[in-house]
Amino acid sequence: MTAVAPEVGIDLNRPRVPFTRLVGVELRKLADTRAGKWLLGAIAAISVLVMVIMLWVVLANDISVSFKDFLIAMSVPMGVLLPVLGVLSVTSEWSQRTALVTFTLEPHRGRVLAAKVAVGLVVALFAVIVAAIAAAFGNVIAGAASDATVWNVNLLELLGFYAMQALGILMGLTFGALLLSSPAAIVVYFAWAFVIPTIFQVAAAFIGWFEDLLPWIDFATAQTPLFDGGWTGEKWAQLLVSGTIWLIIPFIIGARRVLRSEIK
Amino acid sequence: MIQVQNLSKRYGDHLAVDDITFTCRPGTVTGFLGPNGAGKSTTLRMLTSLTIPTSGSATIGGHRYSDIPNPGAQIGVLLDASAQHNGRTGREVLTIAAQTMGLDRKRVDEMLDLVGLSPKEAKRRVGNYSLGMRQRLGIASSLLADPQVLILDEPANGLDPAGIHWMRQLLRHYADRGGTVLLSSHLLHEIEVIADEIIVIGNGQIVAQGSKDELLAGAGTFVRALEPDELARALSVAGIHVTPATADGFSTDADPADVGKAAAAAGVALVELRPGDRAGLEDLFLQLTAGNQRDALAPAPAPGFGPAVQQGGQA
Ligand SMILES: Nc1ncnc2c1ncn2[C@@H]1O[C@H](COP(=O)(O)OP(=O)(O)OP(=O)(O)O)[C@@H](O)[C@H]1O
Ligand SMILES: [Mg+2]
Repeated sequence: MTAVAPEVGIDLNRPRVPFTRLVGVELRKLADTRAGKWLLGAIAAISVLVMVIMLWVVLANDISVSFKDFLIAMSVPMGVLLPVLGVLSVTSEWSQRTALVTFTLEPHRGRVLAAKVAVGLVVALFAVIVAAIAAAFGNVIAGAASDATVWNVNLLELLGFYAMQALGILMGLTFGALLLSSPAAIVVYFAWAFVIPTIFQVAAAFIGWFEDLLPWIDFATAQTPLFDGGWTGEKWAQLLVSGTIWLIIPFIIGARRVLRSEIK
Repeated sequence: MIQVQNLSKRYGDHLAVDDITFTCRPGTVTGFLGPNGAGKSTTLRMLTSLTIPTSGSATIGGHRYSDIPNPGAQIGVLLDASAQHNGRTGREVLTIAAQTMGLDRKRVDEMLDLVGLSPKEAKRRVGNYSLGMRQRLGIASSLLADPQVLILDEPANGLDPAGIHWMRQLLRHYADRGGTVLLSSHLLHEIEVIADEIIVIGNGQIVAQGSKDELLAGAGTFVRALEPDELARALSVAGIHVTPATADGFSTDADPADVGKAAAAAGVALVELRPGDRAGLEDLFLQLTAGNQRDALAPAPAPGFGPAVQQGGQA
């Protein structure tokens, strides 16, 4: 055929993969699988479902409700689904072994992990917007029936509500990175989120000093001022301490695991 | 272009890759041949910065893979065709890769076409793909950016004979344009069909490397005569050890020239005299790796059957 062409060297001056593109790719990867589609769809559908059920109960019993009540009800299913989405965004790379391709196309694994965090923040925003729209819709109907529409959530509280959902998805990501296995990370996350707090409560009831310690290690309770307000210096400190224990330190350990583990 | 220098990888007390050195030049297709567990995949993973070497270096164009910006756009890599999300369609897998590298989406269709995946097949989930289809998808993914360097781990695995020949054409074409191709296999006949340069690895060590012709020549001679008994006697007198290969033929590790001379000196009429054939190369592979093989695949050498290969550029 043709003569051998001269070799063209590897070019080190090309631009690296822009971070925005990595985020775009990770967002696409979250939505293009059956599990991802279902979870995202379920987050939207359940928010609407919660709104409908609440309306039904409220109208049938002639109770008065506020915008905040709707949001609080919706945050329960979201607190279950968003962490699962966070878990899967990391662990599916291992269980489906796509990490082999992902980290070949971007060997700087920290950038990929950062993109996954960014996607988590975007998805939490999506969830909050859907919830807020559904809650507003429900609130208008409930208000029309009772002649009093209560909009008792200010922008700061809405931001706090968003922060809670974002922390939920980041917790999922952290457990995913720590365990690198979908079933293990989901089970451990739910044990941590729903079983451990109960054990802590029981322990606090019997052990005096533990009762004093509890607010500093109970991450979920420490988050409540985000939406309910009532901040004090101590509450901020409790959020920071419990967040360091359950989110920041485990995330650092998980990130190191993602960065260093051998990809096969 | 691809340079591996004193590369080692230790897992616990097991040396998976033991001080290997080799180079793959532009314009050639290099076959990385070795039995299961020889260390091929480990080497290729170190070459692509997925596994950290214990010692030594592996570079592409003089650079570590992880130092190359947007490496996928310059180096095509296929490490495991089955490492894909089963829930994604073939097209989606390629679209994600193209998007990461910043390529035009029309490359996706071009590559699907090139590897022979129909639009209908591209819409199917990868979980429903056959092994060969996955392999084609993986090859398509590695070719997306039209890279100058290709690193492929067992790319022919699962391809039918027509597929293997198709791949040979494809890789040949890449090499002819100045590309560097490194592919691994544990099957001799695949490497034989596709590669020009062969590196044989066994138990983490390189046991032979050289051009295919060189290594083929190392497989000795096949010879056939009208009177095989006389031929055997003549060769034995000349100090050439033979093993019966067919009813009237022998194979030997001696050069064809020496065999011809010995036969001529004894006045034995030959029917056939040629360099060792495929079976010879198979022998070579088995012999080269037998000492390093856990299962000791190769049978014990027949009495009088000398060491398999003298040449082949021990690394
Ligand atoms: N993480 C690990 N821990 C311990 N041993 C390992 C690890 N990874 C690989 N090995 C060992 O390293 C050796 C080389 O494995 P490798 O996958 O590179 O072989 P290979 O040549 O690609 O084989 P195959 O043809 O079967 O793909 C094997 O003995 C394997 O068991
Ligand atoms: Mg292998």
